[in-house]
Amino acid sequence: MTIDLKPSPARADRDVPAPLTLTRDYSTPDRIYRAGVRISGGGVFLLLVVIGIFLAWSGYPAFQQAGWKFFTRSGFQTLGAHPTFGVLASIVGTVEVAFVAMIVGAPVAIATALFLSEYAPLKTRRSLIAMIDLAAAIPSIIFGLWAVFELQPNVVGFSTWLSHHLAFIPFFKVVSPPLNASIFIAGLVVGIMIVPIVASICREVFSLAPAGEREAALALGASRWQMIRTVVLPFGRGGMVGAVMLGLGRALEETIAVSIILGGSFTVTAHILQKGGSTISQLIAVNFGSGGTLGLHDLLLCGFVLFLLTLVINLAASAIVNRSRSGAGVDL
Amino acid sequence: MTPENTIRTAPHGILVETTSAPASTADGRQDPRPPEPTSPNTATPPTPTPRPRRLPSPIRPSAFGTQDAMILIMAAVSSLCLVWVVFYQLTSLSGGLGFLVCWYIGFVALTWIATAQVIERQVATDRAVAVVVVSAAMLIVAIVVFIVAWVAYKAIPSIHWGSLFTKDQKSFVVTDPNALDHVGVVHAVIGTLEQVLVAVLIGVPFAIATAVYLNEVKGWGVKTVRTVVTAMSGTPSVVAGIFIYSMLILTHVLTYSGFAASLALVVILLPSVTRVVEEVLRVVPSGLREASLALGAPEWRTVWSVVLPTARSGVVTAVLLGIARIVGETAPLLFTAFGSQVVNWRGYFNHDQGALPLVIFSDVRQAQPVLINLAFQAAFVLMSIVLVLFVLARIFSRPKGKNGKRMKPGPNDDDLMARLFVPIPIEQNEENR
Repeated sequence: MTIDLKPSPARADRDVPAPLTLTRDYSTPDRIYRAGVRISGGGVFLLLVVIGIFLAWSGYPAFQQAGWKFFTRSGFQTLGAHPTFGVLASIVGTVEVAFVAMIVGAPVAIATALFLSEYAPLKTRRSLIAMIDLAAAIPSIIFGLWAVFELQPNVVGFSTWLSHHLAFIPFFKVVSPPLNASIFIAGLVVGIMIVPIVASICREVFSLAPAGEREAALALGASRWQMIRTVVLPFGRGGMVGAVMLGLGRALEETIAVSIILGGSFTVTAHILQKGGSTISQLIAVNFGSGGTLGLHDLLLCGFVLFLLTLVINLAASAIVNRSRSGAGVDL
Repeated sequence: MTPENTIRTAPHGILVETTSAPASTADGRQDPRPPEPTSPNTATPPTPTPRPRRLPSPIRPSAFGTQDAMILIMAAVSSLCLVWVVFYQLTSLSGGLGFLVCWYIGFVALTWIATAQVIERQVATDRAVAVVVVSAAMLIVAIVVFIVAWVAYKAIPSIHWGSLFTKDQKSFVVTDPNALDHVGVVHAVIGTLEQVLVAVLIGVPFAIATAVYLNEVKGWGVKTVRTVVTAMSGTPSVVAGIFIYSMLILTHVLTYSGFAASLALVVILLPSVTRVVEEVLRVVPSGLREASLALGAPEWRTVWSVVLPTARSGVVTAVLLGIARIVGETAPLLFTAFGSQVVNWRGYFNHDQGALPLVIFSDVRQAQPVLINLAFQAAFVLMSIVLVLFVLARIFSRPKGKNGKRMKPGPNDDDLMARLFVPIPIEQNEENR
């Protein structure tokens, strides 16, 4: 890159020395380099657009067949003369799994983040963070394996216990008995899986709480919890909301662990403790290749719905986290 | 409490001043203050200077002694007894996990009550929160350690090392009692290696170029692309799979093949690695760039010879973590590689191909104990790969110091992992860094 200082032509006729203007002149290799990385950046943008277009385009035949009833019916009956299929039960199941996951995962994640940022001794902090990060690195299929063979046998007893003693809460009611392969167990695993993610963002947000206010609180005699309650949590509130939303996006998309666990049924149910239920991603993964051409289009349409759902949630969450990190909206 | 303390703790935990202490204490120790200077010229007796108030030793919620440990232990024991009585004697509740949950709630509650009785209420709240926070972190660490150990424990006893990495699944016979001698996962290992390798070769250069665009070139469109990258790293992996399926396989451009799987993995790899590399490029001091430009180097040369080498360790970390992320992805492979029982490293572009996650996913649902064992062995191999990559990434994440050894990390380093898994936004506002 060369920078030339040239006399400004408009003032050349006057006596005063002409102010110089700054122009940049890129050499040819620089032009190629800049164009190259621009194309790469544009390619990423294009990729997102292409994903959306292709999923919409290849899901459209299913939408043509079902119309808006696609969103109000459930089932995967795509063969035969009168196909009925829809995504309602799967959407409800997805929301239920994500809900259980958030109830279980978010408090644990926030507590873990508080531990890492406020309580952990400096010497062990790094190793602890590594362990939490490792939880994020464990493939979801291994989580699923663990859930089916280790977690589920233990949780079934707990589910039975809940259904016996807390049946007055509609969610915990059990109508038909087998309690394995339930939405509750799937949500539990997904809840564990989102902990490292939510905890990592929360930890970052907590560690950004201003040192001056922390010390002021402690100097006024606040205990550590009082300091956290009055300084760290209010400062990190936005970030916490964003982190939980990002975790929610992750919970909505989780495919394999849920597919291994869930029983799979197409009834809209609020009884999360009993076998059955499905999520959008589980519907796609399990029924792929089994419903003929129309089934394929149906699954691609489901994929499009999931894509839009996670896109909206993630964008909103990112905006919230960014806003919180820049310190806006914090009134200490 | 020695008598020289002028302050004592009232039963309610409030500090009150009670008496003024004598100048010398009962055990004969002298007052540490120097004697008053007496002037011989004045007849007036020296006015007693006001004695400085001794500060009370405050109650420190963070101080943790034997008494506090005893409170915790006693709370744990009594909660255990209480819940046991309630569970098994008074009501007929059952369930191991329910017992544990109730015990934990009782433990926290009893800790609070005991500390409030013995010390003070605000201290009690502080303690109870500390117990909750510590146990949450310990729970997650315990789960991670348990899962890793459990996979090894389930897999290792049944591994036939001779066949695991030399045989595929084609010669599996249900009735064979020594079936594990004749099956292995070599087809899946080869498939995974090919798919991941090609995905990295395609994805990483694009990711680095995009990160360079976002951080070095800037200008028009950067904000949009950054938002898109953030949004894309939250794209469900199953969507990446069916996207490649609908675009390339449904339209007969490709068949089910390892290459299609690689492309699906690129869709996942590209945005996540881009975001990490951008974070890494950000911390390259701008003085280095300016020095290079001032010496007359063109921009591309500055990036190639100054910025990227400075950020090398971070870029390597990003790539290693990216591999660790895609190597365990299962959902996209279902629609692209499809899975196969036999070795076909040559059929990468036009035949179904196996992969480690696919072996786990399909074999674990079989009724054959041999296949379930094989699934665990595949899980063990996968877990080992991820662990090795993870450890390597952590080693490479520390830049080399002057003596050629890797520098000691700061306490807040290594925050990169989560960025690969969730769309944590890259901070837009530069002034706050």
